[in-house]
Amino acid sequence: MQRRIIKDKLFEIIIIIFALVSTFPLILILFQIVKKGIASINWSFFVNLPQPPGESGGGVSNAILGTFILIVIAGGFSILLGVLGGTFISEYKDKKISELIRLCVNIFQGIPSIVIGIIVYIWIVMPLHRFSALSGGIALGIMMLPLIVKSTEETLRLIPSSLKEASLALGASYTTTMLRVILPAGINGILSGILISVSRVAGETAPLLFTAFGNPFMNFNIFKPVDSLPLLIFNYSMSPYPEWHSIAWGASFVLISFIIILNILTKMVSRKWKTVF
Amino acid sequence: MKMDRYFKSILFGAAILLLLLLTGIFFTLLIGSIPAIKASGIKFLSGTSWNPVTGVYGAVPFVIGTLLTSFLALFISLPFSFSISLFLGEYFKKGALAEFLNYATDILASIPSVIYGFWGLLFLVPIVRKFELSFHILPYGVGIFTASLILAIMIIPYTSYLAKEVILLVPQDIKEAAYSLGATRSEVIRKIIVPYSRSGIFAGILLSLGRALGETMAVTMVIGNSNLIPGNIFSPANTMASVIANEFTEATNDVHLSALIELGLLLFIITGIINFIGNEIIKKLSIKG
Repeated sequence: MQRRIIKDKLFEIIIIIFALVSTFPLILILFQIVKKGIASINWSFFVNLPQPPGESGGGVSNAILGTFILIVIAGGFSILLGVLGGTFISEYKDKKISELIRLCVNIFQGIPSIVIGIIVYIWIVMPLHRFSALSGGIALGIMMLPLIVKSTEETLRLIPSSLKEASLALGASYTTTMLRVILPAGINGILSGILISVSRVAGETAPLLFTAFGNPFMNFNIFKPVDSLPLLIFNYSMSPYPEWHSIAWGASFVLISFIIILNILTKMVSRKWKTVF
Repeated sequence: MKMDRYFKSILFGAAILLLLLLTGIFFTLLIGSIPAIKASGIKFLSGTSWNPVTGVYGAVPFVIGTLLTSFLALFISLPFSFSISLFLGEYFKKGALAEFLNYATDILASIPSVIYGFWGLLFLVPIVRKFELSFHILPYGVGIFTASLILAIMIIPYTSYLAKEVILLVPQDIKEAAYSLGATRSEVIRKIIVPYSRSGIFAGILLSLGRALGETMAVTMVIGNSNLIPGNIFSPANTMASVIANEFTEATNDVHLSALIELGLLLFIITGIINFIGNEIIKKLSIKG
């Protein structure tokens, strides 16, 4: 009897130790990013362009702008399509085509991001004969699609059909019902799905390697290559120069802060605009 | 009512577009692989040498590299993710400690892979190098072992999240029945909880494996990028994803590019099958994945 109790206690202690030990890497990573990141952040970090190795005062303004451009293009490509597609499969649940889309979306959610890079390279970079912000943005947009479709469908499915029936009974047309009643009722879920998908792709590097490509200069033209924070971290961390490493730490800090803020925002949105049925 | 017809056709159009886009990805990869399939045929899957200069494309070194890193990572991460899922699903469902662990795994899951790679390069590689020196192994620092360590950290949140969800689904009355017969908590876990949630835990492991197989940036940065078949788990190597990342923009000719696309196709098929099985299991268990 005694032995079984000791064994039980031992098991519990082991579980607790292993669970807590697995947070060490996170604490280490965050600690180092905050420590080294803040040290290399100052005003010129946000407004200057990258400098050649050996010169101080380099910044990442081009990458911050590039990340922003890429996300805007990705959103433009995926949000409307994703929300409409998600609405379709929740409206026509039992149709064969909805089943098929659901299956595709589930499978595509797990497709390695580098494969998306290959696809967009073939679809857009090859015909245009150049790397561009447009192709990078679409690559990120394709990665956002499954998440947006899924969150839209899941949100709309939870809306009681009595809401829809009430609207139709009042004489509202189907279009009005969907656009003015059903979609607004699910706005919190749809919006948080969009925000979460942005936070997922904001840190993506692999699909940008051969689409957005990277660019050490400021660029507003979507048909030219742009830099992004993850791309810059990749390129700088693989370089042998300590100055560039410290810029990469700073960029990591900015990127992680951005992602964590997006995650917090998502939680706030889904709480604030929650419709209770 | 004309408006409704338009609206419905817009919805339908979006659905069709979505379907075309997603199936188009598969066919694009297939068509892009044709030159390589013509040039290498079945040798692509059985060849042990990859040399763009002489035009020899055998994927075996990368398949081995991919499987070794992924399974090693899974092996390293399992005790940790299993502990987290039991911690959150059984021992401490609420409280400050559970809240902390929940937040920690959330943030771990949202750190971009390039940052894991950067951290691994500057922090983990020197440690592994010291370790290798003290064991008289060639001190590369980079290699399969380092890549697996990083991957293990990256997949812990995924396995533990799904496992926790299924552990929470175990009915209270079965557990209470076991307790009333005098079972200790660890016995309940081993004889009730684990068997009951086995398939869900398996699905979680599968989905994490899918992620590990396709992970690109973190692995590319610390695996050492060697196109030879790895000699042991400390050797530098390449995975399918990392060789695509390294060589794609520098592809020397059409067959080389096409061979890289074929690697992408292979990766797509493998991860597609794994995700399909994992999702089917989750659907049966009806938990939110």
